[in-house]
Amino acid sequence: MPLLSLRGLTRRFGSTLALDGLDLDVAAGEFLTLLGGSGSGKSTLLRVIAGFEAADSGALLFEGRDLAGVPPHLRPLNMMFQSYALFPHLSVAGNVAYGLKRDGVPRAERDRRVAEALAMVGLSGFEGRAPQRLSGGQKQRVALARALVKRPRLLLLDEPLGALDANLRERTGFELRALQRETGAAFIMVTHDQNEALALADRVAVLEQGRLVQLGPPREVYDRPATRFVAAFLGAANVLEGEADGQGGFACPALGATLRPTQLPPGTAALALRPERIFVRAAGGPETVGGVVEDIAFRGDDSLLLVRAAGGALLRVSHAEEDGPPPPRGAALRLGWEAASLVPLSR
Amino acid sequence: MRRRGLLARAGLLAGLAFLWLPVLLLAAYAFSADRIPFQWGGFSLRWFAALGADDRLVEAALLSLRVALGAASLAVLLGGAIGWVLARQGPFRGRALFGALSGAPLVLPDVVMGLALLLFFVLLQRLTGWPAERGALTILLAHATIGAAYVAVLAQARLAVLAPELEEAARDLGAPPLTAFLTVTLPLMAPSLVAGWLLAFTLSLDDVVVASFVSGPAGTTLPMQVFSMLRLGLTPEINALAVVILGMALAVLGVGLAVWKMRK
Repeated sequence: MPLLSLRGLTRRFGSTLALDGLDLDVAAGEFLTLLGGSGSGKSTLLRVIAGFEAADSGALLFEGRDLAGVPPHLRPLNMMFQSYALFPHLSVAGNVAYGLKRDGVPRAERDRRVAEALAMVGLSGFEGRAPQRLSGGQKQRVALARALVKRPRLLLLDEPLGALDANLRERTGFELRALQRETGAAFIMVTHDQNEALALADRVAVLEQGRLVQLGPPREVYDRPATRFVAAFLGAANVLEGEADGQGGFACPALGATLRPTQLPPGTAALALRPERIFVRAAGGPETVGGVVEDIAFRGDDSLLLVRAAGGALLRVSHAEEDGPPPPRGAALRLGWEAASLVPLSR
Repeated sequence: MRRRGLLARAGLLAGLAFLWLPVLLLAAYAFSADRIPFQWGGFSLRWFAALGADDRLVEAALLSLRVALGAASLAVLLGGAIGWVLARQGPFRGRALFGALSGAPLVLPDVVMGLALLLFFVLLQRLTGWPAERGALTILLAHATIGAAYVAVLAQARLAVLAPELEEAARDLGAPPLTAFLTVTLPLMAPSLVAGWLLAFTLSLDDVVVASFVSGPAGTTLPMQVFSMLRLGLTPEINALAVVILGMALAVLGVGLAVWKMRK
């Protein structure tokens, strides 16, 4: 039985659907990220699971038990807030102990578990500190310790890395996953950052306008995006519009070529092609088009070329540093790719 | 730069003098032996003694304190609730109207408030027999009404800068709504409630207009008594009274500052 099941979950705000018939199962001990832009419904979903918003219809089952009408304080899960929501009138230890106090855990055990939780996030010795006197990263850890000290089977995290510096974010991400493995709790993490989603999760759920558009392991979601939205949102793939010609070919006027992908369901109207799957100056072959470099952006480990194809399409092409210096602006070149790199999109 | 520094200092001194010179003069003449309040007759404490022996003044002062204590406490309860509803209960039908009405005592002239409350109390008595007579209780209720408006503004402003997620976090950690309110919201609101209490207390102690309207023969507060004494002619007794009140106010201010510094 899944730990958490969402069945046709729907939430309406006025005339907009924040959640549109969402179905999703979360397994025990799983790290799931909810990925979506603003307005995708990802935060609403988290608030519905936590009990701060009620769903208009659909069911929310925790280990088979319906959570409808169960108030937040009786739900067997905890949440870490984006703002951390540390209680400013309590010390670090007071914050972490808050949930245990509510459960009537005796003093001695409480102190032990608070110390344990603070040690887990590397904040031993900070017990008496006021939250206002912590750095952003330390606040994040206190919030995490406070949410984990009750040993929930399910932890909800709302953009837990959003407020951290870029260099701290990566390290904290690794620590989050280590904590998740250590505690064995299922994590549902909301993020709008695709790198975070791909790096941390066992499975990524991509939300668009309250609907679940794709669910799967990070590599699968990245390599085989299901829709135009997923292809563009994750890794900014090139979306090639056109139509299948019924004989295994895909006519793409914007490229001025007919492509031959390995898979082409009938009725396909668009293909995704990752920038890093495009080779520059590949000689010959059927999957080759000509183009002119319009602009170049150096990104450290690669350069991003904007190449205007013969048919008018502007392609994003990644040029790896080890392949030598990238072609200059205005250079004419030929682009090629493996047929398997062309991914048919359903919408 | 230096000139500007001098100018600023001179401005500060002038401002302070403008505020405090009259008060200091009044305090100095409290220690004058002369009967005429603005004529120096040598150092004396006789007016403090006279003040202590003046039963009517002492009684009025005690009544004022009692009324102010009660009114401020009631105002904190009412105003705190109003502020919380306005800041936390989200939009509801009539919210804007409710907010505007609860703030009305801030802008209505005291004369209007006093008259309105008097009419209300008279009508209430005619319909229900309560309050049987006007006096300390009606003054207390009137002052609580006005004080509540101030407390509500302070409490709402305080809650507005506190993230609503704090209460949600408390509930998520297992606190039922009332516990979340008592353990998180209330302690965080406390500074605004203390400030509101002090403000309501001061307003009540200060007020002569509203009190004069809603009071009866039984209730004469200190400001009312002072006013009636003015009509009979000023004595340095009033200066002495002012010094006592000033001393008390400074003491309260000092304690408040000390507490505030300790919390910092």
